[in-house]
Amino acid sequence: MRQRATAIAIFWAVLVAVLAFRAPAFFEFANLRDIAVVNAPALLVAIGMTLVILAGEIDVSVGSQFAVASVVAGTLAKAGVPLPLTALLTALAGACFGALNGALVSWLGVPSIVATLAAMAFCRELLRWVTQGAWVEGLPADFQWMGLSQPHGELAILLLAATIFAAFAWTLRHSQAGRAVYAVGSSRESARLAGLPVGGITLAVFILMGVLTALAGVLDSVRFSQVQSSAGAGLELKAISAVVIGGAAITGGRGTLWGTLLGASVLAVIAPALTFLGINAFWEKAIQGAIILGAIVLDRLSARRSGSGDKHAG
Amino acid sequence: MLLEAQGIAKNYGGVRALKGVSFDLRAGEVHALVGENGAGKSTLIKVLTGAVEPDAGSIFLGGERILNNSPHHSRSLGLAAVYQQPAIFPHLTVAENIALVNETGGLARKVNWAARVETARELLKAIGADIDPEREAGTLSMPEQQLVEIAKALGANVRVLILDEPTASLTELETERLFTIVARLRSQGAGIIYISHRLEELARIADRITVLRDGESITTRQATETTPQQLVSLMAGRELATLLPKVTVPLGDVVLSVQGLSSVSAGVHGVDLEVRAGEILGIAGLVGAGRTQLAETLFGITPADAGKIRVKGSEVVVRNPEDAIAAGIAYVPEDRRRHGIVGDLPVRANTTLAILPQLSSRALLDQESERELATEWVTRLGIKTDGIDAPASSLSGGNQQKVAISRWLATEPKVLILDEPTQGIDVGAKAECHRIMCDMAAKGLAIVMISSELNEILGMCDRVAVMRNGHIVATVARAEATAESLLALALGHTS
Repeated sequence: MRQRATAIAIFWAVLVAVLAFRAPAFFEFANLRDIAVVNAPALLVAIGMTLVILAGEIDVSVGSQFAVASVVAGTLAKAGVPLPLTALLTALAGACFGALNGALVSWLGVPSIVATLAAMAFCRELLRWVTQGAWVEGLPADFQWMGLSQPHGELAILLLAATIFAAFAWTLRHSQAGRAVYAVGSSRESARLAGLPVGGITLAVFILMGVLTALAGVLDSVRFSQVQSSAGAGLELKAISAVVIGGAAITGGRGTLWGTLLGASVLAVIAPALTFLGINAFWEKAIQGAIILGAIVLDRLSARRSGSGDKHAG
Repeated sequence: MLLEAQGIAKNYGGVRALKGVSFDLRAGEVHALVGENGAGKSTLIKVLTGAVEPDAGSIFLGGERILNNSPHHSRSLGLAAVYQQPAIFPHLTVAENIALVNETGGLARKVNWAARVETARELLKAIGADIDPEREAGTLSMPEQQLVEIAKALGANVRVLILDEPTASLTELETERLFTIVARLRSQGAGIIYISHRLEELARIADRITVLRDGESITTRQATETTPQQLVSLMAGRELATLLPKVTVPLGDVVLSVQGLSSVSAGVHGVDLEVRAGEILGIAGLVGAGRTQLAETLFGITPADAGKIRVKGSEVVVRNPEDAIAAGIAYVPEDRRRHGIVGDLPVRANTTLAILPQLSSRALLDQESERELATEWVTRLGIKTDGIDAPASSLSGGNQQKVAISRWLATEPKVLILDEPTQGIDVGAKAECHRIMCDMAAKGLAIVMISSELNEILGMCDRVAVMRNGHIVATVARAEATAESLLALALGHTS
């Protein structure tokens, strides 16, 4: 973890140096704030993804969950439901979605990649069929920006994301449940033999994933006057990337939310940095891929050096 | 001499599995290899087939030294092994399974399916096996799979065939058929290494018998000149190690009492046993006798479908590990890396994993108490670690085992079940584990210890229950138990 933080710090230092030299405007407060606001929803999803991955599972359906949540939130808002209630109901919908994934995985023993892949396709298509591809448009003005003026709305989004992050980071470290998540992800069998409710924990991380994704959907949709039914495409990759870059083991049991925050920050600045440097934005995905690959290679190299290369595998 | 192994030595960590074993095999001979669990039979076989690289020694096949041995290389030289657990690919057909190892040519060659099926059919016919080559191999019964393995070996024009407990899962009829096949192979000039716990069948099938004990070759005799009784004493006979510090403590009341415990799916049948406070009950038996399954049934991993478990006189229902823990039963499993410790978590988290609810108030961990508790256990059990924050995977095997034990002692159990507690750890750590067990027994804990090491059983236990085929066949007091009598009971050789 310390090594990962160092690597990310070096990445940042290089980026900052290049930007300071070539495009100092990048560091204007407004720009940094915009980057943070735009990426706050993705951070919430990455928090949920961290829990799921720590528990030794994966959820590739978050993009679809996000789209469903956005459309639900938009539709409710349009129907005149007040914002707090909209957020609550959307979160509930997300919880149901997550519970479905979790039940498939923990009760029926469906591998999470398969269960969530099915959920991803099913929900995306269901949404397309229900909305007929139409956007939810003409959202009421008091829905946008949380019913506040723009600067206040932005502040509210950032505060909310920061609060949720802090709460999860603290709980993961200090609660019995947090410890159980690590134990289950590290060795399901040991955890079961230690009397931990492995199935319940698996179910719980998927439900939390659903709730966080739904809240992310709400936070995202309040910024616009319409909701696209294609929202959230590619979000699963972004969230998983953030977790992996942040140093978590994809096989579970190892990683921290602070690592995920670092990972998410790296992913968040790539696209705007490219724009500022005048590089074609098509390079974003390629650079993202290179960073993920670099992170994993770094992991394997350091594992091999410490002579425990295979001990953690599987 | 067809096959000759000279001075084979192999260490696993601090454990010397083979201490310079020599072994030879003539063409047209069946050479049996016997020894108790852990005597080094499997390691020797793995060295011969190249699955394991020996630390010292050399192997000659037909007078030529085998260099750079590997499973692939040894097979290409005509050395094939059939294991008790057939190594088949369950989703491929029988013909494909046979072809996979026997067809030569690159990965890009064109497959002649008709010829492949025909070859398989002929090979199966040659051993008198009535198996459709186009069936999926996973749908075959265990004996049928074994026959496929033998057909596979024949197809490779095998010169040396190794059969590792081939009759363990066979019925009498199937055993007869196997013997016919073995006899035919022998008459064709192949050499056969035959491993078996069924000593009485060796006289029928083997020419020579070699006894392995503690990684050493004790003797090689003509099969006609030895009796099963002699073999048993050769397998068992040895001095008791003086390392074992068993302290006899006055026994208290019955803590664990089990009546008619069965779990059909796990293969545990009608087990009765009693363990008193301060007592160490050993469970002996061969691998596959149902010892681990009994422990798992007691601990609720494979819940019992009949029978009663009483802890300190009150009946408990154990449907899962949580129930068992609540009833005061603790279980340190056999495979500590996979089931015992959680390698990614620090030592302190491993120690407290089974008592998280007691250590938490309102679901929040009391990390101060956790640190204190972990520090205390590290000191009490003498766990060598970089600190309680070091990941458990960074510890040596013996210390990992102590961490696993500390987790269960922290639950303050009434009954502690240990499954092969000292397997694969070095001598010093082993002695410390034994000391810990004695300390805990002296404090009134009832201990059940499963061990394949008769030495350990005889050194540590007040009484020994011997299991065979999922039953407890006898319970012997320490004073009356000898390695020979226990082994004879485990093998089913009561004279």
